Amino acid sequence: MSDTAFPQAAPRSALRQQSPISEAPYVKWTLIALTVGLLGLFLLVPLLVVFVEAFRLGFGEYLATFRNPDALSSIRLTLLVAALAVPCNLVFGVAAAWAIAKYRFPGRAFLISLIDLPFSVSPVVAGLIYVLILGANSTAGGFLLENFNLRIIFAVPGIVLATIFVTFPFVARELIPLMEEQGTGDEEAALSLGASGWQTFWYVTLPNVKWALLYGVLLCNARAMGEFGAVAVLSGKLRGETVTMPLQVELFYNEYLSVAAFSLASLLAGLALVTLVIKTWLERHFADQLASGGVGH
Amino acid sequence: MQRFRFREPSIIPGFRVTFGFTIVYLLLIVIIPIIGLFLKTFELDWDGFVSIVTGPRFSAALRLSFGASLLAAAFNVVIGVMIAWVLVRYSFPGKRILDAIVDLPFALPTAVAGIALTALYSPAGWLGGLFAPFGIRIAYTSIGIWIALVFIGLPFVVRTVQPVLQDIDREIEEASATLGATRSQTVVKVILPTLLPSILTGFALAFARAVGEYGSVIFIAGNLPRQTEILPLLIVFRLSEYNYPAAAAIAAVMLTVSFVILLAINLIQAWSQRRFALV
Repeated sequence: MSDTAFPQAAPRSALRQQSPISEAPYVKWTLIALTVGLLGLFLLVPLLVVFVEAFRLGFGEYLATFRNPDALSSIRLTLLVAALAVPCNLVFGVAAAWAIAKYRFPGRAFLISLIDLPFSVSPVVAGLIYVLILGANSTAGGFLLENFNLRIIFAVPGIVLATIFVTFPFVARELIPLMEEQGTGDEEAALSLGASGWQTFWYVTLPNVKWALLYGVLLCNARAMGEFGAVAVLSGKLRGETVTMPLQVELFYNEYLSVAAFSLASLLAGLALVTLVIKTWLERHFADQLASGGVGH
Repeated sequence: MQRFRFREPSIIPGFRVTFGFTIVYLLLIVIIPIIGLFLKTFELDWDGFVSIVTGPRFSAALRLSFGASLLAAAFNVVIGVMIAWVLVRYSFPGKRILDAIVDLPFALPTAVAGIALTALYSPAGWLGGLFAPFGIRIAYTSIGIWIALVFIGLPFVVRTVQPVLQDIDREIEEASATLGATRSQTVVKVILPTLLPSILTGFALAFARAVGEYGSVIFIAGNLPRQTEILPLLIVFRLSEYNYPAAAAIAAVMLTVSFVILLAINLIQAWSQRRFALV
């Protein structure tokens, strides 16, 4: 405060001195240029290529892809798989966050690590584990096939299972740190005022975590619709039956139908962009209602 | 009467239901299938297991997967720390868009990334065409694999380092400058050590992701046995031959590596909490 009393005591020299805790301008601008260049080269150019290749033969050819019955059925299957897998993981995420964040018990840290596990398991391994225990020549798979005529591997249920495996951490890991931070005070107040357990959850806890829940669901959905490796291993790739959008992209690409592959891929790239826009919007407007510093998907 | 309690008492209802559901879900989706995988490996006798994990095709794929992942994660550390630094410390037009775009590899389906990178770096592509006249091939070689792994690992280091850098108290930099350190001494001796745990965590996450990556790599890799064949692809081959025990053995090796990396990350975090808890 004292220095404002002497405004005339401004720096005598007109030369601006560099602050001791910042870098010289040439260092700063070199680093910015490198960052812009690297992000452009590694991220933006590949994204651009998807759309350029999709429209290479004009808008008509682009639209023709979406009249292809294989492409249409792959879009339907992807929507179906996401519609089944995401709600399962939503329920799991909320239940796991409630059990882990609202109580203290031995093994909590281990349980959290276990929930993070799918992020460090190869998608191919994720698919493989289900082929091994539920394939037609395994005990469980044979039993289901004989008694209920239920095929899991190389059929839609397997695809849903694999998608659940690779996407189940998203909601839980978004909610756990936030609900831990929020503590149990609000819930205890509601309960002491006579609310039932459900009412407490519905009117107190849920509004507290709604943006984080949306954030988790958003990332979960993006991954569910885009999963490739795990689904590739156990889909069997029966055209029109067990082929999701990313798998159909691969089939088109391997048949040298480049425009069809990139047209379908452009839809997935569009989904990724929409996801990023909503994610950024949530982070900007509700930063205080999201778990801080979430990493890794 | 004092009874043994599993959890600390709480008036909040629903522990049994939510805890039970969580455990059952984890058992069905994760634990039982993974145990099944390791049991499948035991169908091989010891010699069979050893001959798979020492076979030339397996060891070539192992070297390639781990080597390329290591190089990609190391490169991601260098550019990731720089990108995090620029995004936290400087302001310039378009910064918010760049910040958002860092997450693109998380959001873009891997198959889409795979075909886009292949189109870009093939000899007829925009960037591949620049190198082709010099006889440098990128797509269908291990350089292409490395580029795909850099792409998918890029966000990890940025997103682990960024929040830590944001929270660093500028006063410690002022103190360092007051005590006579040059700016580069401050950066190397004061800021970098503080960032080290987050850099290591980011490195481990990027490495783990790269080792297991499938979708973005198989298009650009060329997939020649013993040359450009990665471990996950070898699993897919064994599976298509219905050689389940061999596929399980390779997967068991990869899973064990994942567990070790996960353990390492937890140890890094525990160590950094002890070491840097006051920062």
